[in-house]
Amino acid sequence: MSGLGADGKMRVATVSLAGCFGCHMSLLDIDERIVELLRNVELDRSPLDDLKHCGPCDIGLVEGGLCNVENVHVLREFRARCKVLVAVGACAVNGGLPAQRNHLDVRDCLQTVYLSGEGVVRGFIPNDPELPLPLDKVHPLHDVVKIDYFLPGCPPSADAIWQLLTDLVAGRTPRSVPGHLRYD
Amino acid sequence: MPASLETAENPESLRRVVIDPVSRVEGHGKVTILLDAENRVQQVRLHIVEFRGFERFIQGRPYWEVPVMVQRLCGICPVSHHLAAAKALDPIVGAHTLRPAAEKNRRLMHYGQILQSHALHFYYLASPDLLFGFAEDPARRSVVGVLDAFPDLALQGVKLRKYGQEVIRITAGKRIHGTGAIPGGVNKVLSPGERAELQAGIGDVLGWARDGVAAVAGLHTENRDLYDAFGTVPCSLLSLVGENGALDLYDGTLRARAADGSLLFEGVPAGRYGERIKEYVRSWSYMKFPFFEAMGPEAGWYKVGPLARVQNCDFIPTPLAEAERQRFRAGAEGLVHAPLAFHWARMIELLHAAEVIDELLRDDELLDDATPQLGARRDEGVGIIEAPRGTLIHHYRVAPDDLVTMCNLVVSTTHNNQAMNECIRQVARQYLDGAEPTEALLNHIEVAIRAFDPCLSCATHALGQMPLVVEVVDARGEVRRLVRPAA
Repeated sequence: MSGLGADGKMRVATVSLAGCFGCHMSLLDIDERIVELLRNVELDRSPLDDLKHCGPCDIGLVEGGLCNVENVHVLREFRARCKVLVAVGACAVNGGLPAQRNHLDVRDCLQTVYLSGEGVVRGFIPNDPELPLPLDKVHPLHDVVKIDYFLPGCPPSADAIWQLLTDLVAGRTPRSVPGHLRYD
Repeated sequence: MPASLETAENPESLRRVVIDPVSRVEGHGKVTILLDAENRVQQVRLHIVEFRGFERFIQGRPYWEVPVMVQRLCGICPVSHHLAAAKALDPIVGAHTLRPAAEKNRRLMHYGQILQSHALHFYYLASPDLLFGFAEDPARRSVVGVLDAFPDLALQGVKLRKYGQEVIRITAGKRIHGTGAIPGGVNKVLSPGERAELQAGIGDVLGWARDGVAAVAGLHTENRDLYDAFGTVPCSLLSLVGENGALDLYDGTLRARAADGSLLFEGVPAGRYGERIKEYVRSWSYMKFPFFEAMGPEAGWYKVGPLARVQNCDFIPTPLAEAERQRFRAGAEGLVHAPLAFHWARMIELLHAAEVIDELLRDDELLDDATPQLGARRDEGVGIIEAPRGTLIHHYRVAPDDLVTMCNLVVSTTHNNQAMNECIRQVARQYLDGAEPTEALLNHIEVAIRAFDPCLSCATHALGQMPLVVEVVDARGEVRRLVRPAA
């Protein structure tokens, strides 16, 4: 794989879209191995740092599916800037639990929750240019961009994430290791 | 400069500055700031920009699925949602008191959660601001920079979090999104071997936790002028307290204090939260704004979380953390409202969590039979727990066919909605007014938000909180806009 930074490190960006952060937590569950990881990779945009946009990267890890327009914009930015894009976890791979809302009628939900929501006074529906527009369905990432690798699990185990990253950093095609993968 | 800074008079004529996304917090939020031609601040808002819809799609699911489903609200504090749901469902299955082993295994899981989440927040997310300064180069302002400059401290944080995650793995089967609690109790108790495994590590954990409190207390006391004044806005506070006013993060009754420390109410059982707390809505955020009904929406906002809990309780029932609480209180007249004091209070709780885990592991009842004892069913239950970020309320109604008919969640970060907005407006007054908004100055706004350790994913659960304009993406990825009329 080409495109190493000046210090010979691969650049890795991560983002959570319509997810719960659990996949990022599972990444941190590599525990002390974070030191070894950071010897070999340079962190680009990530919820763990303050870089707000993704630069040219070798690897992009995307947690979560797509529930609003902003998710779509961010995903397209990642696809444009990352050589290898990985869908990490159940929500990125197939929509996951947030996609439970896909069988519901949006208008009925709005009226039900806002007119009769438990404990809500002066109810009305937020509507502001600063709020990204929701999609009518929650989508997996591959509905919108090409995805290079899919890592299943809710969340994928730390060992599975570690194996994927170490394979990619070493320039190998990632291998799945028996026992590392989950399908919950 | 308008007094409230919530809404500018002529927003269309103002310059918009945006912090998007707010980083080193959990979830999806952004801040917008409106400035006039002289860079005077006219409006500041923290927007929660995502909705997900848990409250609605839980309806129609069988109740026993709920503790496993709702924890997917949050990958940082899944145990909090898992246990709040299980507590709410205990009365549904007629389990009005749990067997001691069941409650103790749940408590062990919960304090493991507190330990790992508080460690995550300080060592991985917030510490770069405090150790390097708010205006440090953003390229260095992360856990990567902390591992490089303060490797011993950072690795203690990594290992504290790891231990908390291991407590969760052993009690719930997985570190993230496990299955330990069920309505009526737990599905397993610790084995003697698992207890020994956790006991082998707790001594180191207690030592690292003490070091952590000392580090944060030192930062605060050595920089008193900054830490006490930064973004400070007095307000009421809310938390559970246990028996005799003890700090208890798993169970208790609701107590609230006014900003001057006087009691607003106490002894309110979980099932009656709705008599005290209501929520209202702002057009510009998907997150609702809770308030004490007796004080009204304008004055009734409050804060929750470590800074509220450490000052709302009468004492902490473990010796090391209680000594630290007294040290914290000794330095202040009246209640401390400084957002940066959240960090100190959080580390005191981290130490308390380590002490509680140590105590529980010594308790042989932890290994006893925990088979649920079920009685007459009820159709409604409320579970309240003190999650890492504050008071977490789960409320369900279940029909005779076992399907959920109503789900109301008031999550920790939602309670802090107005408090976070008020604090960033105060920071804007203190640092941004009249100045060119540089990256370093904008990070000051984020520092105030991070102090609350917001969990913005948790706060995006309500499907109802969305605008009436919906977009549809077709199979080719093209967006077609669909505008719906106002309700």
